[in-house]
Amino acid sequence: MLANYGYSDGSGNYFITIDTDKCNACGACVEACPAQIFQVVDEDPNDPMNEEPLAIVVAGKKKKLKYECGPCKPSGDNRPALPCVMVCEGCAISHSW
Amino acid sequence: MSEEKRPEFWRWAETNWVNPDIRWEDAQFITLGIDVGSVSSQAVIMADGKMYAYGNMRTGSDSPNSARNALKFALGKTTLTEVKISYCIGTGYGRVNVPMADRTVTEIACHARGANFFYGPKVRTVLDVGGQDIKAIRCDEKGKVTNFLMNDKCAAGTGRGMEVFSDLLSVPIGEVGERSYQVEKEPPAVSSTCVVYAKSEATGLLRKGLSTNEVLAAYCSAMADRIYSLLERVGVEPEFAITGGMAKNRGVVGRLTKKMGLEPLKTSWDTQLAGAAGAALFGYALCQKSKGKGK
Repeated sequence: MLANYGYSDGSGNYFITIDTDKCNACGACVEACPAQIFQVVDEDPNDPMNEEPLAIVVAGKKKKLKYECGPCKPSGDNRPALPCVMVCEGCAISHSW
Repeated sequence: MSEEKRPEFWRWAETNWVNPDIRWEDAQFITLGIDVGSVSSQAVIMADGKMYAYGNMRTGSDSPNSARNALKFALGKTTLTEVKISYCIGTGYGRVNVPMADRTVTEIACHARGANFFYGPKVRTVLDVGGQDIKAIRCDEKGKVTNFLMNDKCAAGTGRGMEVFSDLLSVPIGEVGERSYQVEKEPPAVSSTCVVYAKSEATGLLRKGLSTNEVLAAYCSAMADRIYSLLERVGVEPEFAITGGMAKNRGVVGRLTKKMGLEPLKTSWDTQLAGAAGAALFGYALCQKSKGKGK
């Protein structure tokens, strides 16, 4: 499942997508993110029939992604690789902006 | 000074129903789904995965009470009592506040499951336009979510916005869709769907001499634009279905259909019930998996 967390408003689209089929719940993103955006939960809240643990975006941060992710996304041409994307073993995380 | 009661143009009809063909006594599992949304609350009771009864009403200021009231409303026409219910799942915005819930499931999973039940297994894209959020969901033939997106940061393009507009223009909410088509020429969409900005823009349009119907048309098409841009993010694959209260608004649905070039499926069920129906179905599935035995 492609889980899109975030929002779109007048200033743009701010979504973090987690591909739940690729996520192995290793928790590396939880450690890597300086803003503590990710958490690992015991079962998929969007699929009650699936009991595998996986990473999700913390509920309280979903509506603030533009600002929470800001420090990792300096403006300019050579943006460094994002820590959450870099550490993800299954390449499950992507950002829309 | 006597206070005159102002008509409530935004108010929609609260309904309950019971299926006369089902005897709940014969059912192995009676499951309950309660969807406490930001605007409306629904309770759906299923007997072995078949629709038995429902209640659909407005969410009050108190979520636990809204859940109780919706259940009471659904039970109203039946001989069933709460103790006979084998499993209850809470869903929706206020799901953590459903006191009788055995567990909670997100509304995204429930709407996909409910749409699968209402519209059949060929549904691949579900759009839910609720009271304060918009959900675009892709699912497989079993109603399992494959891709989803929920915009709950702002109420633009949602039922709440439509309520504000029907109140502003003194048009009963049930007539908004019909009247938005009673215009000679389709006006350009209002430039912002933000409820507050659109409201002031609408006031300006009225002053410019546009008729009430034309302003409704302008707002309906702005809503359709916004919903369409969210749908594009997850991608639309036929068949397409709309759940939630906005599915009853022909003004928005018609304009969205025209933009997409894809006709949404139709159902005889109340589209607002999809979330609660999905929750009740999950309850039934969990009972069958014998997870929910012994409440």
